[in-house]
Amino acid sequence: MKGISFGQYYPARSPLHSLDPRVKIILTLLYIVCSFLCKNVLSYALLLLSALLLVALGRIPLRIVLRGLRGVLFVLAFTALLNVFWTSGEVLLFEWKFIKIYLEGIYSAVFIMIRIAALIIGTGMLMTYTTTPIALTNAIEDLLSPLKKLHVPVHTFAMMMTIALRFIPTLTEETDRIMTAQKARGADFSSGGLIARAKALIPVLIPLFVSAFNRAGDLATAMECRCYHGGEGRTRMNVRHMRFVDVIPLFLIVAFGAALIVFNILAIGYTL
Amino acid sequence: MAEPFIKIENLSYTYEEEDANASPVLKELSLRIEKGEFVAVLGHNGSGKSTLAKLINMILLPTSGKIFVKGKDITIENMRDEELLELRKTVGMVFQNPDNQLVATVVEDDVAFGPENLGVPSRKIRERVDRVLRDVGMLEYAKHEPHRLSGGQKQRIAIAGVLAMLPECIIFDESTAMLDPLGRRDVMSAIEKLNREQGITVIMITHYMEEAAVADRIVVLDDGKMILDGTPSFVFEHEDRLRECGLAIPQGTELIHKLRRAGISLEGECVTLEDCADLIERSLENKGN
Ligand SMILES: Nc1ncnc2c1ncn2[C@@H]1O[C@H](COP(=O)(O)OP(=O)(O)OP(=O)(O)O)[C@@H](O)[C@H]1O
Ligand SMILES: [Mg+2]
Repeated sequence: MKGISFGQYYPARSPLHSLDPRVKIILTLLYIVCSFLCKNVLSYALLLLSALLLVALGRIPLRIVLRGLRGVLFVLAFTALLNVFWTSGEVLLFEWKFIKIYLEGIYSAVFIMIRIAALIIGTGMLMTYTTTPIALTNAIEDLLSPLKKLHVPVHTFAMMMTIALRFIPTLTEETDRIMTAQKARGADFSSGGLIARAKALIPVLIPLFVSAFNRAGDLATAMECRCYHGGEGRTRMNVRHMRFVDVIPLFLIVAFGAALIVFNILAIGYTL
Repeated sequence: MAEPFIKIENLSYTYEEEDANASPVLKELSLRIEKGEFVAVLGHNGSGKSTLAKLINMILLPTSGKIFVKGKDITIENMRDEELLELRKTVGMVFQNPDNQLVATVVEDDVAFGPENLGVPSRKIRERVDRVLRDVGMLEYAKHEPHRLSGGQKQRIAIAGVLAMLPECIIFDESTAMLDPLGRRDVMSAIEKLNREQGITVIMITHYMEEAAVADRIVVLDDGKMILDGTPSFVFEHEDRLRECGLAIPQGTELIHKLRRAGISLEGECVTLEDCADLIERSLENKGN
């Protein structure tokens, strides 16, 4: 378990990797909005293209990105089928007893598949694949910092995220160790029904919780000793300054959204 | 007489003060530590060593008694935040389990944690982080993830994290206890270097006699009371007293004591294993002459 690395971060040198994480978060939100602006064949084609463009910009092998889609394959297929059977329209393609399939149904199935796939690939490329979790956390803290004025504990949440990220590998290792220890005492985690297996996990969870609380206590003391006193008056070693190249993508995505709206107005190609 | 760096007077501490039956963990302890000293604190499990460390760092407040750091009384309640930070910056602390004191997911970010909390300007933090990582020999690991490092390396990162606050004193609470011999050696040499080269006062709580032997002075606690205080060779003379409170002197020293009791005259101090070898060698040479 030593080799565990959390999230999907894929280290590489690419324009997307070097982009300011704050910009990437905003881009992600705008990208999601854009995906919902799509209404016709042309705009969905453009959406699919943009997702592929992001993959190219992030210099991540397509195979890895597609592997990320594997997890949602079932959801994708299920929503597609639902759309095929449940959408009614004007052009009837196939009829058998109570099953009626319309051309509109096929279209909407394809569209929804493209939308989900593009959303997953796009947000993945903009955030998880190209940004370390810690950079994301810091960026979120920066972006939400205006909320501090309203006494929202933004810093505290960011700190909690950071610590959670830091301790995931430690606790994973610990779980491993406890499971091995319980196996040595004759525990059986791999046979029996669901309830039996869940019960078998109790002797793992209890020591894990005890140790996690002990660690939390130790860590709190250590942080206090290192002068931690909340976010007030705190500085950062790495401050990112927004460069001009970081702003360009924002213009591009706004242009992209505008293009989608224009396509909707012109209603080019099949429109849902 | 000049004011000592740390002055502890009649210090007592009880964990559960409401409970009348609870016995104090520290009992009327008095101790002075001078600037630049290297003090080892010995004592069996539960003798109150960690409690003492936490009191000096104001993680705990004493039940009675006083502690002065640089002449300043730190046992007052409602101390101002700035003063508290100043104290914790002056007296840093490194704990036993390296996993439970590293905060960040990247080594250099973790080292920067202390100075960031103190509000040091970004560029200065960068300089400090690079310098202290070099001091503990971990500069090449600056971008690594702490959980992939060995125990000794993690512990040196923890030391760097404290050093980055520019402390005058560091308390090590059994910081080598979870390490293998190699890791322990690396951490010990880092600690010695800090004391000798940078003049940082070191208070080292340990169970290893061999480690205590390198200190200028050893303080032995038993059941919340100080029973011995002096140079390693002085403390190791009291073999029986140490054994009574569950401590054993280093093997080399024990051997020399046994030889002396057997009537062999061995002149000189014996603290480390090398001392022991030297003494025996010299005695054999003398016999040869
Ligand atoms: N948080 C606490 N609440 C109550 N009692 C405590 C607490 N921490 C420690 N004690 C008790 O205080 C006594 C001294 O503990 P302390 O941790 O100072 O000993 P120590 O010398 O550091 O021992 P060790 O060598 O095991 O680290 C022990 O008997 C312990 O049970
Ligand atoms: Mg202790």
